[in-house]
Amino acid sequence: MSRPRLGMFAPELVRPAIVDAFRKLGPRDQFKNPVMFVVYAGSLLTTALWVQALVGEGEAPAWFIGAIALWLWVTVLFANFAEALAEGRSKAQAASLRGMKKESWATRLREPRFGASSWKQPANELRKGDVVLVQAGELVPCDGEVIEGMATVDESAITGESAPVVRESGGDFSAVTGGTKLLSDWIVVRCTVDPGQTFLDRMIAMVEGAKRRKTPNEIALAILLVALTIVMLLATTTLWPFSAFAVDANRTGTVVSITVLVALLVCLIPTTIGALLSAIGIAGMSRMLAANVIATSGRAVEAAGDVDVLLLDKTGTITLGNRHASAVIGAPRVPDRALMDAAQLASLADETPEGRSIVILAKQSFGIRERDLTKLGASFVPFSAQSRMSGVDMPGRRIRKGAPDAIARFVASQGGTVSIEVKRIIDEVARRGSTPLVVAENAAVLGVVELKDIVKTGIKERFAEMRRMGIRTVMITGDNSLTAAAIAAESGVDEFLADATPEAKLALIREHQAAGRMVAMTGDGTNDAPALAQADVAVAMNSGTQAAKEAGNMVDLDSNPTKLIEVVEIGKQMLMTRGSLTTFSMANDIAKYFAIIPAAFATTYPALEALDVMRLATPASAVLSATIFNALVIVALIPLALKGVRYRALGAGPLLRRNLVVYGLGGIAIPFVGIKAIDLALVAFNLA
Amino acid sequence: MTDTSWALFALFLAVLLALAKPIGLWLAAVGEGRLPGPLARAEAAALRALRVPVEEMDWKAYAFGTLAFSAIGLLFTYALQRAQGFLPLNPQGFGAVSPDSSFNTAISFVANTNWQGYGGETTMSYLTQMLALAVQNFVSAATGIAVAWALIRGFARHSSSTVGNLWVDLVRATVWVLLPLSFVLALCLAGRGVVQNFSPYASVTMVEAVAYTVPKVGADGQPLKDAAGRPVEETKTEATQTLPMGPIASQEAIKLLGTNGGGFLNANSAHPYENPDAFTNFLEMLAILLIGAGFCYALGKMVGDTRQGWAVLAAMSVMFAFFAIAAMSLEQAGNPAFTSIGVDQSASATQSGGNMEGKETRFGIAASALFATVTTAASCGAVNAMHDSLLPLTGGVPMLLMQLGEVVYGGVGSGLYGMLVFALLAVFIAGLMIGRTPEYLGKKIGAFEMKMVAVAVLMTPLLVLLGTSIAVLTEAGRVGVQDPGAHGFSEILYAFSSGANNNGSAFAGLSANTPFYNLMIGMAMALGRFGVIVPVLAVAGSLAARKRTPASAGSMPTHGPLFVVLLVGTVLLVGALTYLPALALGPVAEHLALFANR
Repeated sequence: MSRPRLGMFAPELVRPAIVDAFRKLGPRDQFKNPVMFVVYAGSLLTTALWVQALVGEGEAPAWFIGAIALWLWVTVLFANFAEALAEGRSKAQAASLRGMKKESWATRLREPRFGASSWKQPANELRKGDVVLVQAGELVPCDGEVIEGMATVDESAITGESAPVVRESGGDFSAVTGGTKLLSDWIVVRCTVDPGQTFLDRMIAMVEGAKRRKTPNEIALAILLVALTIVMLLATTTLWPFSAFAVDANRTGTVVSITVLVALLVCLIPTTIGALLSAIGIAGMSRMLAANVIATSGRAVEAAGDVDVLLLDKTGTITLGNRHASAVIGAPRVPDRALMDAAQLASLADETPEGRSIVILAKQSFGIRERDLTKLGASFVPFSAQSRMSGVDMPGRRIRKGAPDAIARFVASQGGTVSIEVKRIIDEVARRGSTPLVVAENAAVLGVVELKDIVKTGIKERFAEMRRMGIRTVMITGDNSLTAAAIAAESGVDEFLADATPEAKLALIREHQAAGRMVAMTGDGTNDAPALAQADVAVAMNSGTQAAKEAGNMVDLDSNPTKLIEVVEIGKQMLMTRGSLTTFSMANDIAKYFAIIPAAFATTYPALEALDVMRLATPASAVLSATIFNALVIVALIPLALKGVRYRALGAGPLLRRNLVVYGLGGIAIPFVGIKAIDLALVAFNLA
Repeated sequence: MTDTSWALFALFLAVLLALAKPIGLWLAAVGEGRLPGPLARAEAAALRALRVPVEEMDWKAYAFGTLAFSAIGLLFTYALQRAQGFLPLNPQGFGAVSPDSSFNTAISFVANTNWQGYGGETTMSYLTQMLALAVQNFVSAATGIAVAWALIRGFARHSSSTVGNLWVDLVRATVWVLLPLSFVLALCLAGRGVVQNFSPYASVTMVEAVAYTVPKVGADGQPLKDAAGRPVEETKTEATQTLPMGPIASQEAIKLLGTNGGGFLNANSAHPYENPDAFTNFLEMLAILLIGAGFCYALGKMVGDTRQGWAVLAAMSVMFAFFAIAAMSLEQAGNPAFTSIGVDQSASATQSGGNMEGKETRFGIAASALFATVTTAASCGAVNAMHDSLLPLTGGVPMLLMQLGEVVYGGVGSGLYGMLVFALLAVFIAGLMIGRTPEYLGKKIGAFEMKMVAVAVLMTPLLVLLGTSIAVLTEAGRVGVQDPGAHGFSEILYAFSSGANNNGSAFAGLSANTPFYNLMIGMAMALGRFGVIVPVLAVAGSLAARKRTPASAGSMPTHGPLFVVLLVGTVLLVGALTYLPALALGPVAEHLALFANR
């Protein structure tokens, strides 16, 4: 991508984040996050107690209350900083996007055709349905559809891909994006969006609004965190009466101080995840954008993590876009050279990649050079959806190449038949995963050109990975089932849908959904739109039609169909990061109890000292160490929150075991070490 | 632990687990309405004759029905206690029970708690015992079973707006589950000598007169204390003894099977007329956990994957083993205060050894400590030894078991639905950790379920901790405490843990039959029962409406050891995090103080 990448703690991000951390100290900002609001309230309370201790009788030494209050404020600031840092990255992304929204003028056309009378209008006033003319060197003024003409467009501003792309009317490459630049020719564009709804606007809204719209899992997690906070609030506030009762009954010691209770409360509530929760969400959206995917909502990103079935188009995703002719197999008594010659004649005027590859094969393997069709008196018969074949008509010769059934009809109409031998060749080619292209001259079938599909390198490993993640891959192809089966076997997909029509695709999605599975798919054509609309996660190619883009809930700016796999990983990563930090946060509490409980009741029940397994220096240093650890762990985990927990394509069981060991057991053990170390440091520097 | 203790524990667990499957199969069959032909026809005819509406209910109707049914039971139980003086089957001529005690007892029995502020043989007429208390023993247990069925249906059904019919479920739970089991158990108990008659109490002359001291009680019904705060005692002599009678065996059976725990007699299962020997003691322990353990298998059966049920059962059994072994070993180790003055507390052929204070010699250490674990693992609350006399940390075992929400087998129905609430909590966090929207038994868990789970999980800690706080802060709360310091605190904490979690057992030291405790614990019992039932039913309704997601390699397996560890961890962590500070000031502090100086 051309947008600048910034290091995690780049100074230009950190400096404003520090300022923002202080700016977010207002109660209104704090109230949005219930967990951190409790810390905030605790900071205010201990500060008041500190002031009371300074001016008169305090409940504990002023330095102790002051130190606790200070570290509680630091905790709040660290949480603010984490959020500000994540926001800062998004803002930088948004700003660079906004920079592309230059003030520009559009050439409005009075009628939707090239050459109609026109006038100039500011680009940001264009509305849906307006028609504009864009010429070489100009910026496309709005998102829209090419209705006339063809041009090369530099889309690097949006996609980061520097190679220019061709955009033309009709077909699946008719969409243009506002802010991209025409390099050649002209196009007439009908705007498809109103101001404020353009791609750029949506991207900016996505990065800036990441914080506001909560996803379903985020809401559920927030409820859990609030519940945990209430539990801890109960457990700590009731300690005061319990302690008072104990002091009264034993007639020794002093009632636990409010400062210690506040410190205990802050240590126990899930501050780690509470402080980093919004940063995780913002960072997730940021990562999505860095992968060049625009999601319409965070919900869609999260849904990607739940995908059970992935529908992938064969062409372009599993195989390289174009098939090429790799061999010719003549019918009995037809020399290969004669077959090649006829196939080349039929392909000379054929501009499709397949057609070009036949001409190349003829030249490379048989030395047959290109000929001038007009000199031969030939006329080209282009491919049509009805006939499903193409070819040339020459005096006395009608050469056709096409799908086996189409050619069978062609020869049958002239009294010929497809021999058993040719049928066998056709099946053999199909079984190899190649596409048989049958060549016929008049009533005779000459033979078969083998069009080979090239399976992308590395795709098999990708699918194996998906299988380990529990995701089934389904290949969608218009090929017959023999060919499809061969490609499916070669590429390692779990299932395939052959002879796919838009209806069959839609039916397949519905079938999976009815069985309770979440379905993801990619698509670019208009005929993909119904399926895209039906799928749970639908990634439309940016190069695709407007209809496809509107039906999907994500748009891949790179138009890379394998991107779906990355989208799934980002979705999972976001959930995993939240889950892991929640576990870590809760597991931390055990050590904190062992630090604070003996300290808090040292005067009433000296025997509780046996619980102080860390052998902390003094009750004051124990409470302070736990509080400091609690604050520092937030900063220590900011990189993890922003980068996300690393996703590994393992099954659910091994993945859970791994994360439980790292974040669960790690969460139990680390604070014992951390608190002890801080305690030693405090003693070494005579601070407690 | 002695060899006898190990043998008893192993035999008990083996028999319990062996019975889980047959009981579970029957619970599943009845819950799904798959009754044998003649029974089904008889039931249908009876329901028709009684004009019981049998249409499916959504969760709100189901919950409303539960509340209304319990409210009527509450009024009836209250009224009968107040009016027992005018009613038949009252050979001892007991008068009306006081309003606050009646209120407390009525809630207590309706909420399946059977917290008893009264002494049965000195307060309740036979009619009250049978018509008010025993009836609630059956129907409060049936309510728990019905709610558990509704929750399981929430998992088993998909795209459904209903969770079953409450009235049919109550009838089936009572008639096809509780009554037959009670009938068999009552006969077994009566056969071993548990009393079953309507005779007036017998008065017998003792072989020799007994002199004893009792705490002197003031005009307010509370023990008098001297200037130093020690209770004032007086000496009395007695030559005759009154032996209580009554229809005990029939009530004893449902007391245990329905995890009610409310004894006919004040001494509960420690009394020889309720629990005469080691064999009945074994049967009683088994009866307490039988339905709770069986329900796990029923869960697996009803959701179509028995491995799921076994996993939940395994999680419960792991915790049970840990707590039972802890209680038995701690109690067997004896009291260091005795060791230091040369008392022999070791087990031998002539003595059971260990801490025998508050225990019946016919049960000894093992059967008493195991009973204490069993009765608090379930929401039973029957006791065969005085929990107040357990060593501090042993006393902490029943306390913690109750505070965990009684999900180790647990109360009938309530144990399973309580555990499933924890399971939802466990899979929620674990689900996030593997990067998927959390799901359990094929159902995705959304914000609504989490909200209800949060309410259910928060309810009892709220009641226990706030209730205990109010008690220790008020004079009315502190006056009932028998022992000083940490142990006194434990008595109050135990009372609220027992009430809010619907256990009903008591650290007997607390004098709880006062208006303050009757009211406070009464409210804790009601909210602890129905404040959990309503959110659980809400979860059931919401899950029933969801589609079922088939399991894949990407979905978290909930039938293996990993899930068992996760579930146990969640229960212990949530319990420990909530109650650790309070426990530190009670049993832990007392234990450390007791052992530190020896």
